[in-house]
Amino acid sequence: MKRIVSLIVACALIFAIAAFPVSCSRNDTVENLEGDYTGLEGTTLYVMNWGEYISDGSEGSLDVIKAFEKATGIKVTYDDTTPSNEAMYAKLKSGAISVDVVVPSDYMIQRMIKEEMLQKVDTSKIPNYKYIMDEYKGLYFDPQNEYSVPYNVGMVGIIYNKTMVEGTPDSWSILWDETYKNNILSFGNPRDAFSTAQFLLGQDVNNTDKALWDAAAQKLMEQKPIIQARVMDEVFNKMEGGNAAVAPYYAGDYLLMKSINDDLEFFYPKEGTNIFVDSMCIPKSAKNIEAAHMFINFMLEQEVALQNAEYLCYASPHSGVVNNPDYSFKGNEILYPDDAHKPKTQYFYDLDPEIRSYYEKLWEEIVK
Amino acid sequence: MKKSTNALLNAPYAVWSAIFVVVPLFIVVVYAFTDAEGHFSFDSILALKDYGHNFLISLLYSLVATVITLIIAYPFAYALSKTNEKTQRIQMMLVMLPMWMNLLIRTYSWMNILDRNGIINQLLMTLGLKPATFLGTPGAVIFGMVYNYLPYMILPIYTVMAKMDNSLVEAARDLGCNGFNVWRRLILPLSMPGVISGITMVFVPSVSTFYISQKLGNGKIMLIGDTIERQMQTLNNYNLGAALSLVLMVLILVSMFIMNRFADNSGEGGLVA
Repeated sequence: MKRIVSLIVACALIFAIAAFPVSCSRNDTVENLEGDYTGLEGTTLYVMNWGEYISDGSEGSLDVIKAFEKATGIKVTYDDTTPSNEAMYAKLKSGAISVDVVVPSDYMIQRMIKEEMLQKVDTSKIPNYKYIMDEYKGLYFDPQNEYSVPYNVGMVGIIYNKTMVEGTPDSWSILWDETYKNNILSFGNPRDAFSTAQFLLGQDVNNTDKALWDAAAQKLMEQKPIIQARVMDEVFNKMEGGNAAVAPYYAGDYLLMKSINDDLEFFYPKEGTNIFVDSMCIPKSAKNIEAAHMFINFMLEQEVALQNAEYLCYASPHSGVVNNPDYSFKGNEILYPDDAHKPKTQYFYDLDPEIRSYYEKLWEEIVK
Repeated sequence: MKKSTNALLNAPYAVWSAIFVVVPLFIVVVYAFTDAEGHFSFDSILALKDYGHNFLISLLYSLVATVITLIIAYPFAYALSKTNEKTQRIQMMLVMLPMWMNLLIRTYSWMNILDRNGIINQLLMTLGLKPATFLGTPGAVIFGMVYNYLPYMILPIYTVMAKMDNSLVEAARDLGCNGFNVWRRLILPLSMPGVISGITMVFVPSVSTFYISQKLGNGKIMLIGDTIERQMQTLNNYNLGAALSLVLMVLILVSMFIMNRFADNSGEGGLVA
């Protein structure tokens, strides 16, 4: 008897868990679509994006993928398990998969265009392309806007806890300040970590002079004894919990942390900083090219772009979002600094393999 | 006749291991002995000499963690096997309970608990003590290994202890053997197979871990697992990553071989001697 009861309870629990998502109401409809989303019903589309990089229906937000499927009748295979641009590049290069839409960063787009891994995007099939603001057109990696459609824009800055830091810092040098020994976090990936030293030293982050890279590495070696940790997304817990005083990270992520810990402040260092653009592209291996254009157009729908911008907290290159009075980050001084407060910025370029492997060797010496 | 039935029974696993063990291993070997363009090269193998230090501390940390788990698990498993059946069932469930949660989540939680402003330090501060630094120290990484892998030591030891025939102990006692000698000459040899598999199950994942050292070592303690992960994930150097993995595999194989020799000599044989 006892066994039967436990069996029933177990079954009921499993059923409850399985039934839970169904019983929640989902936000998966977009009103006032501008584009035409008919004609490709029943086909499939393979999208590769970063983790947590699209509004996904959690906490009442719009489930963009579901909404696209509903509007078009296209079945989307959505892969957000690829950890980095490098890993995405390796997957596509191997030719083992065919992907219809990818969202690489600027320098990786440059490399993929160079290696003929992308095909041209036909903007006549993307009427919503008109919303892309001029300052995000003609960027260095795609001067004729032939291969990429901007999705998100971000800049790196320094986050600090005002209860632990004196005054109002304005320079990268705070990451080398002995006063904050064991309270400084640093980047866990080579390019970002090197750039903090390069900006401090007034170098070009894309220089090809090995002596300059040596100098930057030397600077990082000096920093080694005073840093508490090398982090990537652990930075959230460490800064939110007041476990460290200062950390370099992406501006959009600072806004997420600020909503949890109000003691956190942010600035763009006066020496300049890194800016990046992640854009939607169509690889050569794409099979459903029509649907890929449709998807990109859908991502640029006013409502969809707004929901994504609200969800991600990154700056949007979409005029319909930036000028929307309902947009909660409209005119936000961190995401959209005015001309007087705009930091000097540099994009990362795709460095040639020799310099890349040179600084990677230096990085090995620094971290091991 | 019997042989062909055996072959048939083995077939599913043989196919499985061919696809998921032998072929991947072969790919690792190929990568280890080629360069980025796919040409035969010893570059990655020669580059290994720069990583001796990483191998050494990985071995050291996992050895210490294995010894600590053994010291905790052995007496506990013995005591547990002597209690009544109901207590055993409940205790075993408590041992297994943390394993129902993913290792990554448990380790991530410990990162928060041990952090500068974590629960432990807040407790210390309310008691008027100075906060301590846990994360980024060897102690935190070893603690993470012990915490995560302790059940793998308890389970096999407990299993052999529970199956041990108590009449052997009674007989030894009747024949005038004292407490310590009962343990040394009877219980220890009989429990050896459990100890050996426990050591293997703790040592192998500890020596190859990267997640525990990454989270609890603050990215400053580089075990060999971290180094391999970095080659694969950030530096895109699959060849060096494969070479490092190959050495790690050889290391594990050698230590298992030594362990098994040790087991053969002291297992059944120990009882007869």
